[in-house]
Amino acid sequence: MTEKKSKVIELEEVVVKFAGDSGDGMQLAGSLFADNTATVGNDFATFPDYPAEIRAPHNTISGVSGFQIHFGSKLVISSGDIADVLVAMNPASLKANLNNVKYGGTIVVDADTFVGDGITKAGYTNSPLDDGSLKDYHLIAAPITSLTREAQKELGCDNKTADKCRNVFALGIIYYLFNRELESTFKYFETKFAKNQTIVEANKKVLAAGYNYAENVDANKTTFIVDKYPLKKGKYRYITGNSATAWGMIAAAEKAGLELYLGSYPITPATEILIELENRRDLGVKAYQAEDEIAGICSAIGAAFAGALAITTTSGPGLSLKSEAIGLAVMTELPIVIVDVQRGGPSTGLPTKTEQSDLLQALYGRNGEGQVVVIAASSPGNCFNFAFEAAKIALEHMTPVILLTDGYIANGSEVIPVPKLADLPKITPRLAKANDPNYAPYRRDEKTLARQWAIPGTEGLRHRIGGLEKENITGNVSHNPENHQLMATLRDEKVQRVADVIGDQKIIGDQEGDLLIVGWGGTYGALKNSLDSVKKKYPAKKIGLAHFNYINPLPKNTEDVFKKFKKIVVCELNFGQFAKYLKINLPQFKYEQYNKLKGLPFFVSELVDAYSKLLEE
Amino acid sequence: MENILKLTKEDFISDQMVKWCPGCGDHAILTSLEKIMPQLGKKKEDILIISGIGCSSRSPYYINTYGFHGIHGRALPIASGAKIANPNLSVWVTTGDGDCLAIGGNHFIHTIRRNMDIKIVLFNNEIYGLTKGQYSPTTPLGKVTKTSPMGTIEEPFNPGELVIGAGGTFFARSMDMNLKTQEEILLAASQHRGTAVTEILQNCVIFNNGAHAYINDREHRADRLIHLQHGKPMIFGKEMNKGIRLSPNSYQLEVVNIGENDITVDDLLVHDIHQEDRGVHMMLARMKAPDFPVAVGVIRSVIRPIYSDLLIEQIVRAKNSSTITNADELMQSGNTWNVE
Ligand SMILES: Cc1ncc(C[n+]2csc(CCOP(=O)(O)OP(=O)(O)O)c2C)c(N)n1
Ligand code: SF4
Repeated sequence: MTEKKSKVIELEEVVVKFAGDSGDGMQLAGSLFADNTATVGNDFATFPDYPAEIRAPHNTISGVSGFQIHFGSKLVISSGDIADVLVAMNPASLKANLNNVKYGGTIVVDADTFVGDGITKAGYTNSPLDDGSLKDYHLIAAPITSLTREAQKELGCDNKTADKCRNVFALGIIYYLFNRELESTFKYFETKFAKNQTIVEANKKVLAAGYNYAENVDANKTTFIVDKYPLKKGKYRYITGNSATAWGMIAAAEKAGLELYLGSYPITPATEILIELENRRDLGVKAYQAEDEIAGICSAIGAAFAGALAITTTSGPGLSLKSEAIGLAVMTELPIVIVDVQRGGPSTGLPTKTEQSDLLQALYGRNGEGQVVVIAASSPGNCFNFAFEAAKIALEHMTPVILLTDGYIANGSEVIPVPKLADLPKITPRLAKANDPNYAPYRRDEKTLARQWAIPGTEGLRHRIGGLEKENITGNVSHNPENHQLMATLRDEKVQRVADVIGDQKIIGDQEGDLLIVGWGGTYGALKNSLDSVKKKYPAKKIGLAHFNYINPLPKNTEDVFKKFKKIVVCELNFGQFAKYLKINLPQFKYEQYNKLKGLPFFVSELVDAYSKLLEE
Repeated sequence: MENILKLTKEDFISDQMVKWCPGCGDHAILTSLEKIMPQLGKKKEDILIISGIGCSSRSPYYINTYGFHGIHGRALPIASGAKIANPNLSVWVTTGDGDCLAIGGNHFIHTIRRNMDIKIVLFNNEIYGLTKGQYSPTTPLGKVTKTSPMGTIEEPFNPGELVIGAGGTFFARSMDMNLKTQEEILLAASQHRGTAVTEILQNCVIFNNGAHAYINDREHRADRLIHLQHGKPMIFGKEMNKGIRLSPNSYQLEVVNIGENDITVDDLLVHDIHQEDRGVHMMLARMKAPDFPVAVGVIRSVIRPIYSDLLIEQIVRAKNSSTITNADELMQSGNTWNVE
């Protein structure tokens, strides 16, 4: 080997995207790189992006599966929008992702796939590797397929088996580009495939081969170093939003001294919460895969009546099915949490893509006046906190709570300090005492208006409740007109009083001035990054971001926050559902809107363009 | 235990006014339920009655236990959640043919399939009562109702077939006014560990009066009904001279006259509620007028593990084999790293 010297460039943050056919193992390559990134000590966030079809047609755009990772020596709060490095395992994945690669960025392709009908199926007429269309990028056109086979030759693997490691070869190239060590990934192979030494060997060889190949061909060009992110002392992990949601519920149940019950029906992208909780029988979690969404939530209502911390998880279409039962939970004033991991709609829509368009359904999608608390998590990590918070509110205020997340934060992952139960707030369920002579099913706490929870088995408190209108205090069925209005008002007021405990809405950036960016839920990372960018572009302007996690009720100071800015722009991945809601609740302000409905997260650049228009008007 | 034994029917009468129509079969079913409640061997606080929506589904209000009046068709999932959350509860569901078999049909078969330990009392009046007389999934073919002005063109369900077909472990049937049989089978249901379905042929005096009159008619009842009893030969008829046997030619049930063609009691089928194979139970549940007497009594009662037991077994097993015992350990598990 001749001596080669590469130029090492230090970067603050990088976005790498792995893209390939859905069978190419891009999710695995991406997660291995994420694991390795953790060992380096960068902060990072990831986002897998895959087609709805399990085996979409090979070599087509619709079959492209991607895994994006954003890492840096600074705090990383989104999976990033434009990639610095793209791995494209075939022409279709190049075609699908080229628009989102930085000019001058690095593109790694498997040159072996840029032949024959792979090119035409992707919609190219000629190979983009030869026609000069990639001249603005640093192209590494590696014959990945043939070199992967070559690397395993002595192990006697046939081509079909050998080709399964193409992703690992590509990973090896990326390891070289980012000056990574291979050891930790070798160890992963050793434990993961402990039962099959040939596979361990094959993967190790291929990873090293990819690394060496890059070193050999790329040596006079560039590799990158991204410094450690100076995290505070402590223990860290990374976690996906769905796992964090499940864990937040587990923590809440333990904190409240209750059993955790989940009634759910599989639906993308919420299923992982069900899976995570089904795997926690060791913690006594009773997770129940019901026959449909209606049964899921109804079983949760039954479990709540019987005294469990009861939750149900779903995505948009499932939330529609649950509507009637949410009304029942409103009427019976039982504590349940409904998690809606939003996806593109309507109907089955874009099951694997992200959107924020269930907000109005969550707020209003019920017959009758049926207010519920609605809160939204805004990052994979804080799904934990908001799941915990949703459970706390449900249990302490005796109300159903809808927790909104979305496909982007649910599947995405981020680095978080390992949460500790001792650091979490207390949860005090409103359990009634046996034989309490003053117990009445609908007698309320003066402050919160929450009723008491008398669970079957409790002596002396037998009572009957249900979906028919309740008589105040006794809970008996009542059709009295005055009583109906009174009870509806009390239920409504009970939800509004949750505002007493949720604290003030914070503003990030300037606290008053020219433009307030308003968002909610899973767009936080993009909006925060867009705030930083627009501030750089307009140093003289005063710009703030109010990102909402509490939606119903809104924080009490919302009006004060809005008052402080000349312009307000509400940015959402829908046609303006939060903006509509704000117009209803705070009609005195004018709300500009930036909306996107492509099944994709926001790009910082498009947001900055939108703000620029408003700032220059 | 002593306290439990001292309970009486009065302990289970609630203070709510019963609003069913005078003469409705529901009254008799309520009486039977109140009568058997003290015999469950449970504290009254450990009994939970859940329902959907319909006339029949109002019954939880009228019985003084813990109770839950749900939404149309959904009593079974509500009950399933309650039972899973607290397996110690004796969980009862009162439901109608519309509630249980139309809107709730899916939940019905799945609850049975899981052998969820719930006692289902299915009030079958072959009509929608509460919504005033539309046909239900058990309304006989061709019957004129408000929503079938020219007669229904839908084949009805037989609840027993559904239960046994879905792998049900307990099915019994009775007539609303026959309190003795009714209490006997409700008690048997209460003692069954698993989904126990009791179909009660109930008369809706307002919208389907006399729906079951053909089989329940005092004069002909003995010839049109057979009260099956475990271990006893299947005999019926005013003169107790008719019986049921398995036809040696067709392997199907047939009605025979004892004493004719050399047929004796020994030729009759002996009822075995515990027979695992569903075949004969299915045939018994399907018997219908006018060719056969309708079977009442316990038709099937077999033992299969119940959902909540299996779940708890798994929880115990998982706890014994896991190193994770609380939320903190869970959050510390897997891939974590320290920043110094
Ligand atoms: C979602 C929904 N659909 C329809 C209804 C109207 N509804 C109430 S009870 C009922 C049928 C009741 O019939 P059944 O279950 O046979 O009970 P019965 O009144 O005869 O005892 C219907 C259609 C409802 N309450 N909710
Ligand atoms: S309508 Fe029929 S089922 Fe309902 S209470 Fe009256 S008689 Fe009974």
